Amino acid sequence: MIAWTIYVTFAGAVLLLLSPRAFARWIALLTAFAGLALGLIELVRTPIADLARFTTIVRVPWVLALGINYHLAIDGVSLTMVLVTGISAVSTVLFSWDVKERQNEFFFWLLLVVAGCYGVFLSADLFLFFAFYELVIVPKYFLIAVFGSTNKEYGAMKLTLYSFFGGMFVFVGILAAYVTAGTLDLNQLSQFQFSPQLQSWAFPALFLGFAVLAGIWPLHTWAPTGHAAAPTAGSMLLAGIVMKLGSYAGLRVAMNLFPQGFQMWGKWIVLLGVIGIVYAAAVALRQHDLKFVIGYSSVSHMGFVMFGLAAATALSVSGAVLQMFSHGVIAALLFAVAGRMIYRRTHTRELDVLAGMSLSRVLPFAAFTFVVASAASMGIPGFSGFAAEITILIGAWKTYPVAVWITGAGMVLVAAFTLRALKQSFFGEARSTVQLQDGRVALDPDWNEQQTITAAEKCGACLLMFATIAVGLYPKLLLDRIMPAVEAMRFLQ
Amino acid sequence: MKAADATISYLELLKFASPETIVVITALAVLAVGLGTGRVKSTATVSTVQRARSASNSATAMGICSAVAGLGLAIAAGVVLQLPQGTTLFGGMLVITPFTSLFKIICIVLAFFTVLLIASQKSTPHPGEYLALVLFATVGLMLLVGSEEFLMIFIGLELLGLSLYVMTAFDKTDIRSAEAGLKYLLFGSTSSAFTLFGISLIYGMTGTTSLPAISQKLASAFPTSSGLLAVGIIMTLVGFAFKIAAAPFHLWAPDAYQGAPVPSAGFIASASKVASFVVLGKIVLVGFAPVRGSAAWHAMLAGWSPVLAVLAALSILVGNLVALAQSNVRRLLAYSAVAHGGYTLIGIVAGDREGFSAALFYASVYAVTLVGAFGVVAMVRHETGGDDFSNFRGLAFRSPFMAGCMAIFMLSLAGIPPLAGFFGKFYVFSAALRATPNHGLLWLVVVALLGSFVSLYYYLIVLKAIFVDEAAVPATHRVDSLSSDLLQRSTVIGLAAAVLLLGIMPGILATRILATVP
Repeated sequence: MIAWTIYVTFAGAVLLLLSPRAFARWIALLTAFAGLALGLIELVRTPIADLARFTTIVRVPWVLALGINYHLAIDGVSLTMVLVTGISAVSTVLFSWDVKERQNEFFFWLLLVVAGCYGVFLSADLFLFFAFYELVIVPKYFLIAVFGSTNKEYGAMKLTLYSFFGGMFVFVGILAAYVTAGTLDLNQLSQFQFSPQLQSWAFPALFLGFAVLAGIWPLHTWAPTGHAAAPTAGSMLLAGIVMKLGSYAGLRVAMNLFPQGFQMWGKWIVLLGVIGIVYAAAVALRQHDLKFVIGYSSVSHMGFVMFGLAAATALSVSGAVLQMFSHGVIAALLFAVAGRMIYRRTHTRELDVLAGMSLSRVLPFAAFTFVVASAASMGIPGFSGFAAEITILIGAWKTYPVAVWITGAGMVLVAAFTLRALKQSFFGEARSTVQLQDGRVALDPDWNEQQTITAAEKCGACLLMFATIAVGLYPKLLLDRIMPAVEAMRFLQ
Repeated sequence: MKAADATISYLELLKFASPETIVVITALAVLAVGLGTGRVKSTATVSTVQRARSASNSATAMGICSAVAGLGLAIAAGVVLQLPQGTTLFGGMLVITPFTSLFKIICIVLAFFTVLLIASQKSTPHPGEYLALVLFATVGLMLLVGSEEFLMIFIGLELLGLSLYVMTAFDKTDIRSAEAGLKYLLFGSTSSAFTLFGISLIYGMTGTTSLPAISQKLASAFPTSSGLLAVGIIMTLVGFAFKIAAAPFHLWAPDAYQGAPVPSAGFIASASKVASFVVLGKIVLVGFAPVRGSAAWHAMLAGWSPVLAVLAALSILVGNLVALAQSNVRRLLAYSAVAHGGYTLIGIVAGDREGFSAALFYASVYAVTLVGAFGVVAMVRHETGGDDFSNFRGLAFRSPFMAGCMAIFMLSLAGIPPLAGFFGKFYVFSAALRATPNHGLLWLVVVALLGSFVSLYYYLIVLKAIFVDEAAVPATHRVDSLSSDLLQRSTVIGLAAAVLLLGIMPGILATRILATVP
């Protein structure tokens, strides 16, 4: 059933190419919604016990000569990622409701990214997994290069080449695993005893390759430029789910296949993760472009994921998975406010300029949304960010206490830059220079759009806010499914 | 196996050689038809009326000639399927096995697509001669593929080469075409001389020109480190390195790809390459099997495999890096062809059955992709008069379908799933890693992956021109006017569909190749 998320999304993408323009966004919305609905049905219907192992849903021989199967499976971790993909997809489409030019093409690339992500999260065959993983790269290029803003061609190319560069290392690691074990089945591979010598080089190749996509320091520089160049929908997808591909793959493939290699390199990953948290937060504090602030905050939050994974206790890894979900939702929300609600109406993302506008008076809903998103991003209790980060820190306490201290200090920096961005963008001290005229903000005289927040935007924002608050108040909903699945993984045993 | 060397009758021989015979007869028929229909008197004073009539004449001639050529190729393909399998004639001069039949058919199919591309270029002068040359080259391909004997291979090589030289220089109005033809001829004949010399050395040492017999002799009688043998092998390989445009024997390729008429370039890049890889693989894997050596990084051993490994690595690096600096699509495709030749060689360096079939899968897929890409290039050239990046600008607005097809071809070349090139790379690299113990060929795979990383950049630059940049050509002149280009469009779309299909279900070709490779 859950496998249909992939088929429906691909079908929607193909349908978009054939359909007339008028239907494009409805098709995209329906497709994205179908994906989310399928994920929710799976969440409700499947008993928790069934999600403790990576359970096969489909397995069909694909290329017999090479032992490649079309093999999908699901456990609690995959389900969590499928859910966040669905949520991001729906809200992304809602926030792209007024894309004007080349609409069909835009939604085609968008759905291709979403479909590829579903595929990665559900694959249980290494070849299939890698195919989906690489499939996501090129649509990103077109989304940004065609539909982006600020320096878009540079940002798009940089992002694409970084992803492909990481993919190269992943390719080497996957080939090494495949050739040595003679199988591509992830479940069989995670039983196979690789020699320590192989693991010592194959693990870092795989993990670093994945970590490029997850924005690990110092390979993160594609993320802020890419996010800033991308259209809002692109940033939401990139930060919301594409970065999670890297961390998910690091967990599912690299750590699970090469546990000894992981032991050898774990402390270095912790180091990179912690540096990422602190460094990106410090850089974000000095940015003037709102999207750059959020871009660096993504790097910082993904540092938490890396730290949680590398700390290698059941609790910290579960926290990392929860953080992937949480950050997916929060980052999408932040980018939606910055890129769509603010930039579309003011045509600027400069914090200094925004400070002179006091936008909270003219765009109250946007201000509210941004406050919620910032609170979640800072890790205020009651939001998903808190639940995830506290789980990571408690889990990591046993293995890396010093790193936990440093990370705690880093969280202060996160709070600092978030509050700074919040204050300058919406609650500027200066007297407001903007007025409300007939429900329109008189910011840009040439601008003819309806400038109150549209219904589509409200729906998208509410969906995301609901997700972060629901998980924040009741993290058990996901943690109960994540924990057993994580405990079943080999590197913990 | 029937070893009826002496007693075979000519009728029997004709039966086994019937596909080749049919193609030759077709070529002669096409020549005759071309003579009869499209001949224009080239007097100095041609009136406009005559010129218009001659144009329509040559279009009719093109239609008839290509119909005959296509029909002949189709019949030949059908006959290949009917032949009794497992026959070896005259010590390997003509071998009919499922393997040779499969690749004869692949070559015929590629030639067929080339004919389609030619047929849609209505204005070509002398269509009869042009198509006949394609068919003669096809005979050369079939001889190459279907032989395990050096003399026959050399004859096939020359027949192919000579036809291609003329095809390259066929556009008399374009000085680049003449230049390309001359370069191709000079490089080609020199390397043929090398090959012939190499073959003669090996014949002198082993006393035979049949590949299996050479292998036996080499295994029993020779110390593998003999200097003369090394010279012989390397000289033989030079000719093939030239045909597949492996660096440093690639210098003819950029000019030939850029200057030759588009269908000729497509043919050189596709069918000629596939056949060359088939023969190269047979020569080294069957003929030189005892002197393989090893290209593993921790256990280098002299033999042909380190030689080919170095050629492969060099081709990948040179091809990809030089391609970065190109601003003409055809020249870019030429350098990327050098790189793809390198990837394919990796499969042969692996040196086992699986590696060989991976290499052949890759070469076939690459050929299909490139014919398609050249189809799009031909259209853009027809429309805008050139094939620089600037001519491709805004193609997505002028012709979304062709732009989509070009995207499929370029991304397949870059190795992006779900297209055929992705599976091809996975297949070749995994076969190479598996072939040697302890991941000996890892260095070569890493070089290749680096190369394919670089390659994504320049393929994306082409796609950027097509999808992102605004059109530089007035929109009134559209490619998409269905009237004249229907044939070409459907050819290109068919090829794009094939690339997509082979990416999603690579098994249909891969298992077939793997099953038939000896």
